[in-house]
Amino acid sequence: MSALSHLIEKGASAQHHAPWPRAVVDPAAWTSAALELAEGRLTLLGLWGEARAVHMALLDEPASSIAVISLEEPADGYPSVARHHPPALRLERAVRDLAGLEPRDLPDIRPWLDHGRWELRHPLGERAATLTGPDPYTFLRAEGDGLHQIPVGPVHAGIIEPGHFRFTANGETVVRLEERLGYVHKGIEALMAGADLIRGVQLAGRTSGDSTVAYAYAFVQAAEAAIGLAVPPRAVWLRALMAELERLANHLGDIGAICNDAAFPLMLAHCGVLRERVLQTANNVFGHRLMRDRILPGGVAVDLSEDGRASLKALLAEIHRRLPALVELYDNTASLQDRTVGTGRLRGELARQYGAGGYVGRASGRGFDARGILRYPPYDQLSFEVPVLNEGDVNARVWIRIREVDQSLSLLGQILDRLPDGSIMRDIPVINEGREGMALVEGFRGDVLVWLRLTQEGGIERCHLRDPSWFQWPLLEAAVEGNIVADFPLCNKSFNCSYSGHDL
Amino acid sequence: MRKLLFESLIRPPLTEPRPPVSDAAMTELAAAVERSARRRLGRSLSIRAVDAGSCNGCELEMHALSNAFYDIERFGFRFVASPRHADVLLVTGPVTSNMAQALERTYNAAPDPKWVVALGDCGRDGGCFAGSYAVLGGVSKVVPVDLHIPGCPPSPTDILKGLLGLLENVNEKGRVS
Ligand code: SF4
Repeated sequence: MSALSHLIEKGASAQHHAPWPRAVVDPAAWTSAALELAEGRLTLLGLWGEARAVHMALLDEPASSIAVISLEEPADGYPSVARHHPPALRLERAVRDLAGLEPRDLPDIRPWLDHGRWELRHPLGERAATLTGPDPYTFLRAEGDGLHQIPVGPVHAGIIEPGHFRFTANGETVVRLEERLGYVHKGIEALMAGADLIRGVQLAGRTSGDSTVAYAYAFVQAAEAAIGLAVPPRAVWLRALMAELERLANHLGDIGAICNDAAFPLMLAHCGVLRERVLQTANNVFGHRLMRDRILPGGVAVDLSEDGRASLKALLAEIHRRLPALVELYDNTASLQDRTVGTGRLRGELARQYGAGGYVGRASGRGFDARGILRYPPYDQLSFEVPVLNEGDVNARVWIRIREVDQSLSLLGQILDRLPDGSIMRDIPVINEGREGMALVEGFRGDVLVWLRLTQEGGIERCHLRDPSWFQWPLLEAAVEGNIVADFPLCNKSFNCSYSGHDL
Repeated sequence: MRKLLFESLIRPPLTEPRPPVSDAAMTELAAAVERSARRRLGRSLSIRAVDAGSCNGCELEMHALSNAFYDIERFGFRFVASPRHADVLLVTGPVTSNMAQALERTYNAAPDPKWVVALGDCGRDGGCFAGSYAVLGGVSKVVPVDLHIPGCPPSPTDILKGLLGLLENVNEKGRVS
């Protein structure tokens, strides 16, 4: 029996949790799950809290199975997972900030998202009044001869999201990078509580602007799983169409931007044109450049017309025609390769330990892709490959993007050729009982997790959204070590972690 | 590479027609100009982007302004790296409590005369994040706003229209005074 099903069997299974099981376990089983994680037999997918429970989503990768375990009434604290398994660290710090649940023996007790500036403390738990004024934040120490610190942010020099980076450098070499995030925390999960599904999908779609389709997609899949609603096939295919367009646009933009950070703006110019073509076509076809608010519970908001289909086909043909020259340019420019090859190397063991999703994981040998492993529709009927490389450097992350562009172009072609006819929306039935649902959808950056509990009336009681960046940000700290300060933008851009998606 | 460079010599430019100035932006602008006297700036505007809690959607469209289609530098607009170099702060987001101080400091670091443009629905009143314990609800809660460009996110053309409006009014004012 797999490690995961063993764990689930030990607990009391929750009613109406779909499509994967959830079990309420005792602290001993909770800790044994933490040890399984530490041993590498399970992968952590998420850890979140509410007023009277803490939950952990786990993946058994060889068995392709997923489950949630919960610990109830942890009022006097719960056994810390991060104590055994460091990838849980920031999640547990966030759970404490938001829900007020105390992880016992947590190795790092500093707050994470809470900077001491909110109107209240523990917004998702037993709310408490805020303390007077923010506490000073102590950065980790790095000591030694000739070390100096470089503080950067939260306001950066470019058009970038806000966050703070504290570099400790020896001359030009970075010996430690410490991130401090939380600046763009908007309280999305608290806004979700009590909202209806329409407002829920709106908020989900604004969790991270570049992944608006992926978030809306994951949110509706979780809601529909909870309700037990089957969506019309055409809508299912159109969702995937939008998701692939989003992936295409982001990869194209990022490939150019990474090269630009290596002082090679020609690539940015050309890739920027292709990205813009994708957005303009999305606007013509779906009425919004980023395809925001186009996926709704029950289906999609707009149908694809014949004209729309033709202009998408034309777009694909154009990218097919133009891309090879750009790939050749990337591959054959020595000055560019000089900056990307061997830079910002992320070791495969770390990528696996942190369950790194997306191009970050796949450039370091971890081939997980929610589309490939979970085969949610319509991907179960489409053929595609998940590219994997082992070098783990900036160059490998660029190449994964290039290959994923190829895959997305092929997927888009298949979807356009085989798009089923029929309606694009189904009504949401009344459920009359509390239900829970969950989804894992592959966004361009990696797997986006949404977990939610619906009330009897079908409103949202609790919704948790987990961005892939949670597990990628800490890896950036590791990948930068030993590189020169000037290569940080390159490393950072090749990871392109989300601030807003992480801070929520 | 040579092939690409050669092609870009013979290909026509990837530009869109210059957009007209939108009415909504103009009305807001008139009020903004009334509030204080504006010195003539010349046909150039240095913009410092400040993300005060955006979802990053507005930033994506700001980036798009620099691509070959919109190429905003031809209008004399450019994004600068420091508020010290800025005429305009282009601010996005519902202003999270955690970013309020940074926004205020950035504003104080920009030399006078300066304008603040709130970008996106969030920037106006917090958009769909209004009412959260963690946001203040719009840029004007922290710094005075001269112009608001609506949208979620506003398209590059919308942003361009708004900024052109700002510039043209500044120039006009400069002529009379
Ligand atoms: S206005 Fe819309 S696109 Fe802009 S930051 Fe707000 S939610 Fe994002």
